[in-house]
Parts: sequence; structure tokens; C-alpha cells
Amino acid sequence: MSFEIPDDLYYLESHEWIDPDTGRIGISEFAQDELGDVVFVELPDEGEELEQETEFGVVESIKAVSDLYSPASGTVTAVNEALFDRPELVNDDPFGEGWMLELDIDSDLDGLLSADEYADQIE
Amino acid sequence: MTLEYTQARWNSDDEGYEPHLAEKNETSVDTDDVPLPDGLKRDELTLPELSEPELARHYTRLSQMNYGVESGPYPLGSCTMKYNPKFTEDVAAHPAAGVHPDRSPESVQGTLELLARLENQLARIGGMDAVTLQPPAGAAGEFVGILIAKAYHESRDDERTEVVIPDAAHGTNFASAAMGGYDVVELPSGDDGRVNIDALEAALSKETAALMLTNPNTLGLFERDIEEIAEMVHEVGGLLYYDGANLNALLGRARPGDMGFDVMHYNVHKTFATPHGGGGPGAGPVGVSEELAEFLPSPHVRASDGGYELFEPERSIGKVHGFMGNWLVLIKAYAYIARLGDEGLADASAKAVLNANYLASQIEYEVPYGPFHHEFVASAGEQDAADVAKRMLDYGVHPPTTKWPELVGEALMTEPTEIENRRSLDQLAEAFDAVASEERETIETAPERTTAKRIDQTEAARNLRLSWQSFDDGS
Repeated sequence: MSFEIPDDLYYLESHEWIDPDTGRIGISEFAQDELGDVVFVELPDEGEELEQETEFGVVESIKAVSDLYSPASGTVTAVNEALFDRPELVNDDPFGEGWMLELDIDSDLDGLLSADEYADQIE
Repeated sequence: MTLEYTQARWNSDDEGYEPHLAEKNETSVDTDDVPLPDGLKRDELTLPELSEPELARHYTRLSQMNYGVESGPYPLGSCTMKYNPKFTEDVAAHPAAGVHPDRSPESVQGTLELLARLENQLARIGGMDAVTLQPPAGAAGEFVGILIAKAYHESRDDERTEVVIPDAAHGTNFASAAMGGYDVVELPSGDDGRVNIDALEAALSKETAALMLTNPNTLGLFERDIEEIAEMVHEVGGLLYYDGANLNALLGRARPGDMGFDVMHYNVHKTFATPHGGGGPGAGPVGVSEELAEFLPSPHVRASDGGYELFEPERSIGKVHGFMGNWLVLIKAYAYIARLGDEGLADASAKAVLNANYLASQIEYEVPYGPFHHEFVASAGEQDAADVAKRMLDYGVHPPTTKWPELVGEALMTEPTEIENRRSLDQLAEAFDAVASEERETIETAPERTTAKRIDQTEAARNLRLSWQSFDDGS
């Protein structure tokens, strides 16, 4: 099975993606497939400071509870509150409506995986 | 022969059972004649009006729609679902057990004596020097054990930051260590399913407060290198914590204290046949070596002047539960240990081990590792272990624990305990094998013959209904 891996995003080994233009963060299609039905998402508040590759939240599925890691440092400027009522958006549209938060990016993204590198990792 | 099983059903397929207590005509109680000040009276007090037979039927029906260890085999791995002997209920129901916990120690000497005796029995069984009965559950016992380890290190001005735990350990170990303020260092298992000595060497350091270990481990395998492991942990100044969840495998044969463990908890609902409370009162006593006894919770009981008294250990971590713990549960554990005696306990553990190995040898599913102690972990192979478990319900048995430990793919963690005879073990084996030969289409919609059919786990988790009242308001 092959998964969608948009070219214009950067990725962490732990399956989070970040859009370098908008600072938007979420988890990959592969990750949501591994997790199974997502039932709960815990996210930071707007204004919180995140550090690159440290935990910013939790995603819980019927199979597992996993920490979420931030692909970049920066300030949270928006949180996708729709996920609190409809966590299934993470499954249905992980790169779209299932986004988790937006960050005012304050770190470089050089250490992150490109779409190709991420594709190799999940092969 | 495959057992035909159909569970009682007091509902239609598309509607859940409506609890009588909730739907019966509720009649307001007239409070006019109650001799209380107006401010203390409620205008409305709705109580269900049921006759005694109606109430009796209600509870009987609920019990028929349930499955327990008194319904049939219940080999839920790691949980040690022993039958709870009725005589222990009789003992706990004795009028003398109904003492008020605030009574003065002088007036409840018999109660204190029983507690002291139970402490001594547990200490002897575990090879420990002192035991507290206060923690109300196994996980609470773990947490207390970690707090004691922490207090011990702090008393030596040796603040440590890490607790080392094997990747196959019970999930509570990680939680207890984290709640104690420690960073968890996860230890990868070796190829033989046991602690990998090289990995342990790499994980241990001056930051190691403790290694938490269960032995036999969650695969049912004895940690043969336990003495070397203990030496390595002590070498760096750490303590060795024994998770007593699997103690049923060792009763009367080997003792954690003799293996070098410094602190341990006992799950009396597993090893000593008290009820698995389902969230109700439980007990998770903690045993420690002599060196750690001064940190035990307060109050603690001890013999004095021909009687018994309560005291606060010198550097006690304080109180961890009300009074002396859940006394009525402790009585049942005491009664069980006293009735079985040394020989009976050793016999129970021998039969538990024999039963696990017999069942492992009788089923078609692949069983990697082994020989085993009290439990074994089979693999459902190409099948989904959760589907297998749900389908096993249709054969009138409770399924094993599934999908854990993760060392075995699609794990079926099975612990029949000593209570099953050969006939019920064979019944279990038939259920395993029947499901093993079934098509995916059959098992992925199971169960069919139970009161409750396939539960929509996703919907249940996304739309929590935590009481019957949330059905009424439609939320």
C-alpha cells in the first residue's frame, strides 16, 4: 500500500509533518493508518512555545496512545479545535482538515526529512 | 466435540438492555411528615419502586448477561483470574471483622494480630523483611515501592533520575516510575525473550534509582540471570524492584528476596484469590528488605508487650491510604493463605505452571519461546488477535489477553491458573483451535452468541457514556 507524501512538506522520523510556508503541523497518512481510528487529540494552547523535536501533544487511537513531536521550534499561533469534537479528521484527511496546529517557526528545518527521505523510511 | 454456547439475552438485537432500576416508575417520596428542618428537606426524592422479586430478577439477569470466572475458563494472561473461594467471603463477613477503623489499638488487638500475621506470611512468601498492607491495589503498591526507593536514595543524599524497565514489562511499571518523578529507560529484550545483559549494562548508571522487573516475565519465562542482574544493579547503587504480578508461578519454590530484590508488591487479587475488584476495594501490599523498612507507610503494626501496637516508621513516606488499607480484602488473603498452608501454596503454583504448559502444548497456534511458568504467549499469526479473542467468546470461554507483549506478533497471552482441570483446559484448547481454523469473515464480526455483539470500539471511545443517565439525555 502506498501512502500520500506531499512534496512540499518536511517530516520527522516520528511521522509529524510541517508546512514550511504556513507553519502548519500534523501527522502523516502512514501514521494515521498505523494508529487506526483516532479517538482523542490533546494539543497545546495558542501562544505556547514549542521546541523542535520535543513533545507538544498526544494522539490516542483505539490501538495506542502516542506522543506528538514538533518538527520545529516556535510559538503556537493556531490550534485546530475541530479535532476535539471530530478526531476522525486526522484519519480522513491527515494533510488537510486533520492538521493540528500552526507555528510561527523559529528554527531552521534543515535537519528534517524531505518527502523522498520520509518515503524511504516508511518503506 | 465443540461446545454449543449461547449467552442469556434480555434485550432485542437493536436495543440495549434497559436497566429496570432506571426505567421504573419513579414515585416522589412524601417528605411532609419527616421531622427535619425545612432547609434539610428536598422537594423531590425519586426512588424506583420495585418489589423484591423484581429486584432479584434484575440482578440475576445482569449476572446472566455477564461472564466471570464462575461461568467458565478465564485465562486472561497476566491477570491470574483465580476462582475466589467462598469460605474467604464467610470469614470476611464474620461480625468480628466489622470493626470501626477508628477504634483504639487496645480494643482491636485481634485485628492487629491478623494484620501482623498477614504481613509476616507475605514477608516469608516473598523473602522480604517487612511488609505494609496499606496500598489499595497493585499499581498503588508499585507507586509506593518507587516512593520508598526514592526516599531511600534521598536519605543518602543520592538523588537519582532514572528507572530502568524492560520493554515487555507491565504498563503500570512505566507509569509508576514516571509518577515517582523518574525518567524511564526502556530496556530492549534479548532474542530469548529475557533481559539482555549487554543492554542492561548499557542502561545502568549512577543515575539508576531502580530496575523494575517481573519474574517470571510477561512471556512466562524465568529470568535465569537474575542473580547477575541483581549484582549489576546493586553495583551502581540502584535498587531492584519486583513486580509481584507473576508471583503465582513461584509460590513456595523461589522468593524474590532470595534473588536479590529489595522491594516488591503483591497482588492479593491475583496470587491470593481475593476478588478482582473492577475498581472496587483491592490490596497491593509492599514488601521491603530490612534496610528499607524505616521508609514504610504509616501507621504500621508491630508486636509489643505481648500485644500489638501501631507506630510510624522512622523515615516513613507517610500515609498512602486510609487507616490500615482495605481490611476486608486483606482478611480474605489471610484466610486463603492460612487454608492452603505452605504445601497448598506450592501445589497451587505447580498446577498453575503445569496447566499453562499443558494448554500451550495442545493448541494449534504457534507458541514461540517456552517452556513456561504460569502463562504462555501464543501468536494468532495471520489472524488479528482481537478478532480471535472476540470469536473465542462464542465458544463459551473468556479469551486471553491480546496484542501484548509486543515481542510476539498478534499475541494471545494465556494464563489458565491452577483452578482449571484437564477437561476445562481441553475445552479451552478446542476453542482456540476452532477459531484458528475459521475464516477472516467469520471472526471479524464476532461475537455472535453473546449478550452484547461486536462493540464499536471507535464509537465507544469517541462518544463516552459513563453512566446510564447519559443514555436518557441523548448525549
